[in-house]
Amino acid sequence: MNQESSQMRVNNERLIPILITLLILGVWEGLAYSGHISVLFYPPPSKIFQTLWRLVIDGKLAANLDDTLVRLGLGLALGMVPGVVLGLSMGWSSRLRRIVDPFIAAFHPIPKTAIFPLFMIIFGIGESSKIATIAIATFFPALINSMAGVRQINPVYFEVAHNFGANTWKTFIRVILPGSLPMVLAGARIAFNNALVITIALELLVARQGLGVMIWYAWETLRTQDLYATLVIIAVIGIIANFLLQKATLAMVPWYKHSFDDEE
Amino acid sequence: MGFHCNQISKTFPVRQKKIVALNNIEFSVGEREFICIVGPSGCGKTTLLKILAGLLQPTTGQVTYTDNTDNHNPRSAMVFQDQSLFPWMTVLDNVAFGLEMRKVNLKTRHRQAQDFLNRVGLGDFIHCYPHELSGGMRQRVAILRAFLNDPQILLMDEPFGSLDSQTRLVMQEELLRIWRDHRKTVVYVTHDIEESILLGDRVLVMSGRPGSILADIPVSLARPRRRADRDHPDVVKLRWSIWNMMEDEVLRELGMQA
Repeated sequence: MNQESSQMRVNNERLIPILITLLILGVWEGLAYSGHISVLFYPPPSKIFQTLWRLVIDGKLAANLDDTLVRLGLGLALGMVPGVVLGLSMGWSSRLRRIVDPFIAAFHPIPKTAIFPLFMIIFGIGESSKIATIAIATFFPALINSMAGVRQINPVYFEVAHNFGANTWKTFIRVILPGSLPMVLAGARIAFNNALVITIALELLVARQGLGVMIWYAWETLRTQDLYATLVIIAVIGIIANFLLQKATLAMVPWYKHSFDDEE
Repeated sequence: MGFHCNQISKTFPVRQKKIVALNNIEFSVGEREFICIVGPSGCGKTTLLKILAGLLQPTTGQVTYTDNTDNHNPRSAMVFQDQSLFPWMTVLDNVAFGLEMRKVNLKTRHRQAQDFLNRVGLGDFIHCYPHELSGGMRQRVAILRAFLNDPQILLMDEPFGSLDSQTRLVMQEELLRIWRDHRKTVVYVTHDIEESILLGDRVLVMSGRPGSILADIPVSLARPRRRADRDHPDVVKLRWSIWNMMEDEVLRELGMQA
């Protein structure tokens, strides 16, 4: 009986944000139509969704989205993989950590957009320089989280593994990898969000196609509704990716339940 | 397998200083003997056990084993105080871990682990993760993990230290029951005097830091031992004589000079 009522409360709590959103959109729509707010700055939501639909229909969205997702995906893969590998190694070997850590400390704080011009000189103004910058932006959170993931593993698990005769490979597969996985996946979430920010930022600077380009073009032509529509798309990408990563985390680390209270 | 500890000492560097944890530890343990090491907290019991497990190297001295060369079982397996089950493995995989490290194939090791778990009534929990079990169940699983690996020496570091006293009573009996079926050399570390008497063939009493052996006391109590044995006059007498030995050490540790 208690459980039922608490379940109802949870459902209600989930409903509230949706209601608030609908309320805001409704008020916004009303104010825009009644002329209380400028439709140039705040086009009514109905118009934004119309624009969104138009972008979908005429294929403009697909082409731009495609470019953005390819950059994002390649950058993520090229940054995450070495980041996780080096991070796990540094978490495991204190020697490697002592050698590499000063370099991480030196390069991590540099804003990745500030490195971009240098990359354009090195890699040219094509895709390579953008992908390299996105990769760098994902590399650091992947590395730092993976390293921390290994270091927070209770030392007793290494003792158990050693006591039962685990070799280096077995220790890696059975202790280090699963033990650090929750933090590695948390790092993947941060890395993804970083990558999305950098991708859009670079597209605002130089690109022929992409969501960032759509935003810049909308600004130059003062088509505010296009601007809003593109922002909605970017937000949706972020929401979907975070949702999928959270689901993946729950599926991959069922034993790590305390960090996902919202699933309880 | 028996072994002999020959003049074992261990020092740890702590902020430029050297802390002596163990000082000239010398004792022998015979084949299939159950010995308990009892001592005040911080006396280096765990350090000694880790040296026996090969997890730490002694600063001086060595452990020599009375090997029988035709036995290819692992030399030792350790049961840790608490939280030593891998949280990312199911009960079945945890129990089969030792066999996995010995490259026993998946089917065989799962079958053996399953048999083992069935026999002690944990068959319904094989697919659970450790966090889904009670503290007592977790320690039972940890003990089974060590036994299934069939080591020649079983090392136990206060395995019931974090359990409530009622659970502990039942677990002590359970341990003795498993040990009766799988007779092997056991070194059991505890700070509980009564427990050491009820479990051990011998009780080694350790001093406070730096740890050394104060006494080596044989326990003549007949096996199988039962819960009620804790009121046996011999046990009561032994308990007080060990307590008298340890009292000064405990008071010193607390800064209360006797």
